[in-house]
Amino acid sequence: MPEVVLELNNLEYSFKTYGGVVKAVRDVTFEVRKGEILGIVGESGCGKSVTVQSILRLNPEPPGFFQGGSINFAGKDIIKLSNKEMRKIRGIEIGFIFQDPMTSLNPTMRVGKQIEEIFVGRTGVTRAEAKQKSMEILKLVGINEPERRYRQYPHELSGGMKQRVMIAIALVGQPTVIIADEPTTSLDVTIEAQILEILKDLQEKYQTSIILITHDLGVIAKMCDRVLVMYGGKIVEEGTAENIFYETAHPYTSGLIQSIATLDTSKDEELIPIDGTPPDLFSPPIGCPFTPRCEFAMEICGELFPEHTRVSEEHYSHCWLLHEYAPEVELVSVKRKQDDETAESPNKEEIGGNV
Amino acid sequence: MRNSINQEVLLELDNVSQYFRLSRDKVLKAVDQISFKIHKGETVGLVGESGCGKTTTGRTILKLYTPDTGHIYYKGKDIFSFNHEEDKRYRKEAQMIFQNPHASLNPRMTVKDIIGTGLRIHNIVKQNEIDDRIEVLLRQVGLNKDHMSRFPHEFSGGQKQRIGIARALSVDPDFIVCDEPISALDVSIQAQVLNMLKDLQRKRDLTYLFIAHDLSVVKYISDRIIVMYLGTIVEEAEAEELYRNPQHPYTKVLLSSIPTADPEQAKKKRRLVVQGEVGSPINPTDSCRFAGRCPNAEKRCHEELPPLCEISPEHKVACFKVNQYFSPWQSQ
Repeated sequence: MPEVVLELNNLEYSFKTYGGVVKAVRDVTFEVRKGEILGIVGESGCGKSVTVQSILRLNPEPPGFFQGGSINFAGKDIIKLSNKEMRKIRGIEIGFIFQDPMTSLNPTMRVGKQIEEIFVGRTGVTRAEAKQKSMEILKLVGINEPERRYRQYPHELSGGMKQRVMIAIALVGQPTVIIADEPTTSLDVTIEAQILEILKDLQEKYQTSIILITHDLGVIAKMCDRVLVMYGGKIVEEGTAENIFYETAHPYTSGLIQSIATLDTSKDEELIPIDGTPPDLFSPPIGCPFTPRCEFAMEICGELFPEHTRVSEEHYSHCWLLHEYAPEVELVSVKRKQDDETAESPNKEEIGGNV
Repeated sequence: MRNSINQEVLLELDNVSQYFRLSRDKVLKAVDQISFKIHKGETVGLVGESGCGKTTTGRTILKLYTPDTGHIYYKGKDIFSFNHEEDKRYRKEAQMIFQNPHASLNPRMTVKDIIGTGLRIHNIVKQNEIDDRIEVLLRQVGLNKDHMSRFPHEFSGGQKQRIGIARALSVDPDFIVCDEPISALDVSIQAQVLNMLKDLQRKRDLTYLFIAHDLSVVKYISDRIIVMYLGTIVEEAEAEELYRNPQHPYTKVLLSSIPTADPEQAKKKRRLVVQGEVGSPINPTDSCRFAGRCPNAEKRCHEELPPLCEISPEHKVACFKVNQYFSPWQSQ
């Protein structure tokens, strides 16, 4: 098994508000291995962004604060580090790609300067070297005419270009881990395809570990080696992408799979939505947070959070249905297609060039 | 629902263009000479990337803009030559569901006022029956009467979108423009809203123009699909046909970019990645708008705008190369 580069143990993160304490992340434990793409999927408000932002301590503190747990990276516990020490990690050892490229670049700074900023205060890198490095990175993320782009301001670039610049910024320090928080959500499908391609290439070329957050199961299926499913501030299922899609072992994951319309969904089929709404994290439920929306919920589900249950080698789920006394239920998952059916790519003849 | 040949045309766009003048010599051609028909009771999907003019098309149909060229006919009459009476009726019969539920409800009005305003203006029911009617509408969209006195901020995104839908339904419309009604919602909520829209269509015989960029959703809900690129229609076909047999190179790219929620398939599937990005709709030249990114483009594509030609019944494509292949006589 590849070495573990980042490890979160029983992380608890909360926010103080006038209404009380919001427990955004509750008892989250996972590891990131070298060279893998780890997907985190969940609805808005499930705590996925807070979890990864806490890795770089990007949540505003206060109101946010760590309630417990540890984040181990390169032999250090990130929670205990000072601001000065954090600055050495941010962007250099762990890169971050934000969701919205429109608002996360500095509008008053030239693109080149924003990429180079990482080298400010680092000894041993001259100005010329920094410039040359940024230029290389710009080329790497697929920006034509890097010389010209280097001198432009963010408003002169399109959305896809800005996202490439964001990736360039995350990349220029040659980090061991890159966190991509919904990197393609605000982009169009054809641009999304380009950006995902770049991320995949980088991971293969440099063996960078990527944490990819998204709510799009299609993106997860395409990109990820392992997947965490989060709900109500907790991880409810984790496993390889194949485990999650083909051997679904949690009703929430199964519900997500059933509720999306795919190209194979016939027009007469009803989509099966997950009824109800996500839980209120001001007073998080004691038991499994999915209980009120779960069709298989039992008495115990509302009272006690289910154990970390091993389903198969890499596949874990938190669900009482896996208990030996629980009734047998059939959870819907994606059906594996036989190989002969697979040639259904919408176009047989390639449209040449640029592929 | 299907079988448009023997069905009456509800709405027809004939050569409609919508330009926005930015300055003396800059014109943004948001929609450029498009024509299509919508039949009664069907759902037409309108897809394309941001900035391709799909929302502008929807808004022009609802008279929120006045087009620069062309005509829009509703039940055979030009909507821009309506008299006051007809105009009021049109505004009752054609409604819109907006993209962003957080921005399209007045934060200072209660749900009751939001839904009730249309009822009052169009005298749909008697004064003393308005409350009952609102209650019925709320029930139809899965809310209840306790929600009537609340303000929009007290609701989640999915619930707000339901209120928007109830508002659109309140005046008994025949035709609804759904402008990305689910793109702002969470995955688990999207299915709830989609099912509801389908259900309402069945019950009330509604006609939808469904604008979206999520191609799987569009395929699921639409009978016919129109693909737009930078203000022009590049392909139009029945939903099944379009996905089985896409002809325009842009449609092909678009379809191959759809992420599949199936790891083995997704990793195997080769995406057609086009280089470059959508061009600018400001002062476009009279050429195929996709020519700059198209791997098959030849000289002619950069010089003329390809017309939308029917290559098989109900399947139209605007591409010189495709049209040439299917009907050589048209390229002369």
